[in-house]
Amino acid sequence: MKIDILLFGITRDIIGSSKLNYEIPENTEVQTLLENLKSTYPKLQDLTSVLVAVNNEYSRENQVLKAKDEIALIPPVSGG
Amino acid sequence: MIKLKLNKLPINVNEVLASVSSTEAGAIDIFVGSVRSKTANKQVVRLEYEAYDAMAMREMEKIAEEAMEKWPVHKIAIHHRKGILEVSDIAVVVAVSTSHRQESFEACKFIIDSLKQRVPIWKKEVFNDGEEWVSAHA
Repeated sequence: MKIDILLFGITRDIIGSSKLNYEIPENTEVQTLLENLKSTYPKLQDLTSVLVAVNNEYSRENQVLKAKDEIALIPPVSGG
Repeated sequence: MIKLKLNKLPINVNEVLASVSSTEAGAIDIFVGSVRSKTANKQVVRLEYEAYDAMAMREMEKIAEEAMEKWPVHKIAIHHRKGILEVSDIAVVVAVSTSHRQESFEACKFIIDSLKQRVPIWKKEVFNDGEEWVSAHA
């Protein structure tokens, strides 16, 4: 299935777009998505951390992604 | 009562202060975060803030709710700015009103510390000779 991944900060710079249309198998877990993205975009591996948000919440590693989920990569935050 | 703002407008500290005032409050603690001119001896020209707006508002609300569970707080306000900020501009203001001072100090510290750890807001430091997303690399 195709998902859209929202990108911010350094992840947007690395991937080169604010939204990535990405193909994943049905029942893909968050940690698998991250592993795939890190192998497609190796510069993601250099970051202190990359988390995945699903529907505006930090996700669990074994959370299964659905086509309608709002998915975003969260690089290290630096507000304040 | 929780009041949150996240936008590109300059933050008015008096407005934030007024938004947490309460006749029951004996204490109001305010934290003001501003743009520093130097990082590791490098001169900062400006900061560029961006946010994942919907999630940032939700995380700020959760943090404020957690503070209300931990301390007897009357009102909380969190204003965070985004966009381009110059040196000395105010980036964030947290205000907490409580009956007594101790819990206002503690709740305010908890809120700004949690915001810096969890809320999806990012800043890029722009120097004369380059730029860098803060905390992105170890």
